[in-house]
Amino acid sequence: MAEQPTGAPPAPEPGTGPTEAISVHDVTRVYQRPRTSLRSASPPVHALRGVSFAIPQGQRFGIVGESGCGKSTLLRILAGLDRPTSGSVAIDGRDLTGLPERRLTFVRERLQLVFQDPMSSLDPRMRVGDIVAEPLVAQGHGNRRERVAELLEAVGLRADAADRYPHQFSGGQRQRISIARALAPRPKIIVADEPVSALDVSVRAQVLNLIADLVDELSLTLVFVSHDLSVVRHVCDRVAVMHAGQIVETGSTEQVYEDPRHSYTRRLIAAVPTLGRALSGVSAADLNREQRP
Amino acid sequence: MSVQEREATVASAVSADRKRRRPVTGSLLVGGLIVAAVIGMALLSFVWTPHDPTLVDPSVRLQEPSSDYWFGTDKFGRDVFSQILVGSRTTLFVGFVAVGVAALIGVPLGIVAGMAPRWCGELLMRGNDLLLAFPALLLAIMFAAVYGAGTLVAMVAIGIASIPHFARLIRGGTLQIMRTEYVIAARAAGRGPFAIAVRHVLPNVSGLVIVQASVGFAIAVLAEAALSFLGFGTPPPTPSWGRMLQESQELLSIAPRLAVFPGVAIAVAVLGFNLLGDGLRDRFDPKLEDRR
Repeated sequence: MAEQPTGAPPAPEPGTGPTEAISVHDVTRVYQRPRTSLRSASPPVHALRGVSFAIPQGQRFGIVGESGCGKSTLLRILAGLDRPTSGSVAIDGRDLTGLPERRLTFVRERLQLVFQDPMSSLDPRMRVGDIVAEPLVAQGHGNRRERVAELLEAVGLRADAADRYPHQFSGGQRQRISIARALAPRPKIIVADEPVSALDVSVRAQVLNLIADLVDELSLTLVFVSHDLSVVRHVCDRVAVMHAGQIVETGSTEQVYEDPRHSYTRRLIAAVPTLGRALSGVSAADLNREQRP
Repeated sequence: MSVQEREATVASAVSADRKRRRPVTGSLLVGGLIVAAVIGMALLSFVWTPHDPTLVDPSVRLQEPSSDYWFGTDKFGRDVFSQILVGSRTTLFVGFVAVGVAALIGVPLGIVAGMAPRWCGELLMRGNDLLLAFPALLLAIMFAAVYGAGTLVAMVAIGIASIPHFARLIRGGTLQIMRTEYVIAARAAGRGPFAIAVRHVLPNVSGLVIVQASVGFAIAVLAEAALSFLGFGTPPPTPSWGRMLQESQELLSIAPRLAVFPGVAIAVAVLGFNLLGDGLRDRFDPKLEDRR
């Protein structure tokens, strides 16, 4: 099943030149499960098996794949929140592999995260102003009040939102707060982990457009992770398809959608629900049977 | 409430949704009223008591309750009601010292054990289990033997013996909070472990601390009464409900009321703190919501 990553142009060698915002070279991550038997050692879980890619500055890079394929593990490693078992990751040409967390200041300044669930990614006991200011405080920036007001306005919230608590906002508004926090230290890279999957369909488009606009306006590099192909297609220029801890296909968004090379990608694309198919009574099980060789 | 039960409530209490304020439950109300009454008695005793609670007057020994001596007098002619009033101060003092010692050491210990690397946390918790296995009263008696009997010594000992309860509970809460996305966001923002502990973990385990404190308060009150009864607690002449019980012992057949008044006071105060703890737990624990 290990088809080589395909797609044009071929991924440049990781770690070359400062133009790459992120380069990932042969990263693996193995988790050790707790023992379940006294006699045998627990089987290791291979969350990532040799993932390599490079993202040039200013690109909108999508990562798609089903739940449990290693997307979130990859993101955590990119953000320096988890360590790869082997391989290396560089942000703006600087290797972060093996550095202790307190020496990752350069990552914190350049790369910020937007999380999936806006209910759990904001501390319920902190005021919105303090939440948004947190990266500023942590990184010793000044003029925090003005910056927070500016950020809240940039994501479409009123400046007086700063004095309120997260629970006083709707899911979409909370995700805007989360985006404001990520933008606070003026990062060059935004990593978004399924930023709209927890939201109502009605506010999804608004938040997606907000992310896309801000990325354009501030000329950011975006890494956008989702299991939802239509969302990735809407936002990204390039896309990598992950399956079982490996990248099975990369390419420009159009190319991957129009002409998927890997069988898994074809299955994934065929599984996107469309109104026409739903009305004609096609179920997910049928799709699966159709696509299997 | 057992340690396990309390641990089970950790999961939900730390993520308690503050949006929906639940109505005040019966136990919270009754517990709050009893605790308020105990505090009121203690405050009142500073400005007014019917008689001097330590005045020995042999001419009025063992009086029955009357309009002059509401709860009667003891074998030295001291007014029982006045002693109960002033004794509530001892009770509160005992609770605050014991819970204070336990929380001040137990909460940071629990947070450290929850945030430290796994092996380090496990090591701290095994040490904790060791202390947990040691009977609190025995520890207090040992302290009394070494440092002399006194309220403060006894309560510091009870406080030390209560540390593991706090540490265990708070570690559970901390582990839970360290996995939340807002802590991961704080790490990604560049926050160090100390800032995360103070700004994220501590505020979010505060509900657990409050609940455990009110339960610990009840345990401390009971322990003080037991120690005073055994003669290792509050020394005379400071009025203490536990010592009043002990002094009533030899006269139990002649004047049982001398045991009844302090006994009821202890029972009601402990009940009050336990109810308050239960009520607070209900309020902080969304999991229990469906059961009501």
